[in-house]
Amino acid sequence: MPGLLFLAFCSGTHGFQTSFAIHQALAPYCRRPYMRDEPAKTENRMKIAISIKDLRKTYENGFEALKGICLEVEQGDFFALLGPNGAGKSTTIGVISTLVNRSSGEVEVFGRNVDNHVYVTKLDLGVVPQEINFNLFERVEDIVITQAGYYGLPRPLAQERSDKYLQQLGLWDKRKDRSRSLSGGMKRRLMIARALVHEPRLLILDEPTAGVDIELRRSMWDFLIELNRQGTTIILTTHYLEEAEQLCRNIAIIDNGAIVENTSMKSLLAEVDSQVFVLDISKSDLKKAVLCLEKFNARSLDDHSIEVTVKRADGINAVFVQLDKVGVVVIGMRNKTNRLEQLFINKLATDK
Amino acid sequence: MYVNHKRIAFETIVIKEVRRFSRIWVQTLVPPAITIALYFVIFGNLVGRRVGEMGGFQYMEFIVPGLIMMSVIQNSYSNVVSSFFSQKFQRSIEELLVSPVPNYVILTGFVVGGMARGLSVGAIVTTLSLFFADIQIAHPVITLAVILLTSVVFSLAGFINAVFADSFDDISIVPTFVLTPLIYLGGVFYSTQMLPPFWQTVSALNPIFYMVNTFRYGFLGSSDVDVIWAFILLGTFAVSLYVGCIWLLRHGTGIRF
Repeated sequence: MPGLLFLAFCSGTHGFQTSFAIHQALAPYCRRPYMRDEPAKTENRMKIAISIKDLRKTYENGFEALKGICLEVEQGDFFALLGPNGAGKSTTIGVISTLVNRSSGEVEVFGRNVDNHVYVTKLDLGVVPQEINFNLFERVEDIVITQAGYYGLPRPLAQERSDKYLQQLGLWDKRKDRSRSLSGGMKRRLMIARALVHEPRLLILDEPTAGVDIELRRSMWDFLIELNRQGTTIILTTHYLEEAEQLCRNIAIIDNGAIVENTSMKSLLAEVDSQVFVLDISKSDLKKAVLCLEKFNARSLDDHSIEVTVKRADGINAVFVQLDKVGVVVIGMRNKTNRLEQLFINKLATDK
Repeated sequence: MYVNHKRIAFETIVIKEVRRFSRIWVQTLVPPAITIALYFVIFGNLVGRRVGEMGGFQYMEFIVPGLIMMSVIQNSYSNVVSSFFSQKFQRSIEELLVSPVPNYVILTGFVVGGMARGLSVGAIVTTLSLFFADIQIAHPVITLAVILLTSVVFSLAGFINAVFADSFDDISIVPTFVLTPLIYLGGVFYSTQMLPPFWQTVSALNPIFYMVNTFRYGFLGSSDVDVIWAFILLGTFAVSLYVGCIWLLRHGTGIRF
């Protein structure tokens, strides 16, 4: 029996080598080692990375998670899908990635229906789920290489890709470690490396930076921006609205299983009527500043900072002009809340 | 998905499964070897001397095929049920479900993984039995065919158990309350010809009885059952279970919501 097992292993190794040779030969003719010979409906549809029509999902317990949502994400977009907990974001992602059976509706990935072209559409998809879902007893490198194997990547190519993404995501030193020994942030990065190993055209990230410290979060942003710049379409769900504002060009807000907003980030942010700023000033200037900024509903927060509400039409310069007139020096300034956060709350309140 | 990609995916699943049970060999390969060695010592050697002959053979020779078959059945089943359920539990099964691997490749990969463990343990037990009995194989082809088919059937059965299981309790209930009694009553330790006619009829309803006796036929050239009928039964079980497993995977039972 050990002999049989040895033979099985040997044939596996040989298989990897053979298929690697085939892929090497095909490499000049395709961007990635897959041939997508099934044509999309039209060239125009190919410009749409994902198209969702009247998607509904009712769970067995009767909970209606999706109530006929429609959504289109263009190829090359960095798209934010926002919503409160239980709004239907993860269910939507689950349906796209086939982890959730939909009740009705249609999903197309790069112009191909996921039901009719299940294998081709899956090749185009990379999914980073919300919860850690890899085997905690396996080594970091094995997790990535195994995933590559599921996508038919021959072993040498899988190893090369694994090395590449583990290096890019700062996990190179941990590649031989058991995955359970990784920190929370490392586990999230490992899931990104795993999702990218087959180099999908569409990457879906379900709260990828949840519980990740700010430094790491920013390095992940840089990584994702670069990935998007190279042509990968990215759909991001996040609770950090600053993250969505920084990264995404287009946005959809989902609430209670329905899309309540679907527009560009620019036009959404243009809807902000007023913003609240916090100004840091010296203690001696505090009263003077509050008095001269009465028009801006100024109020002191503590003995060195005040809060002002500035209308979009007035602009923040008007505040500085007033302060300059009375000789108050502003030491620092920041938004009290993220602009998108204000809009997000407003949208959900309107929906209710 | 291209044939070559499917083959790589299949190999990946099998290698992962073999690596899993090899990594924890102290839990997967050693305990069955110790248990079966104890059976050989206690039942075969100590009790067997007093029993004398069974079905025309020394008692030790008689029980060897049954014990090998028992270890193959238990380990094929438990490998698939524990591996698939723990992947469900950790949600690492999602790695496979989001990938383009067809359902039949997933199923075959797990079944071959189960067979690899079942047959590995079977090989260990066979080696151990050489210390206790002089083993001759009367019909090598039948022996090999029946052990492979049995391993397939119980790997598939383990897969179904794992699909429906919601907790770790659910994966131990069937082996404890169904599998073990069926194995013990399947003629591992005795010939059913010793039983009264009524209990012989009851034994005939136990599928493991056919597997054990056909395997024994392969070893000793003597059996309580019709070998052809046993193969038809085994083949029917294998095909039915395979079709059932594919149906469950296609509908996402227990894995897709």
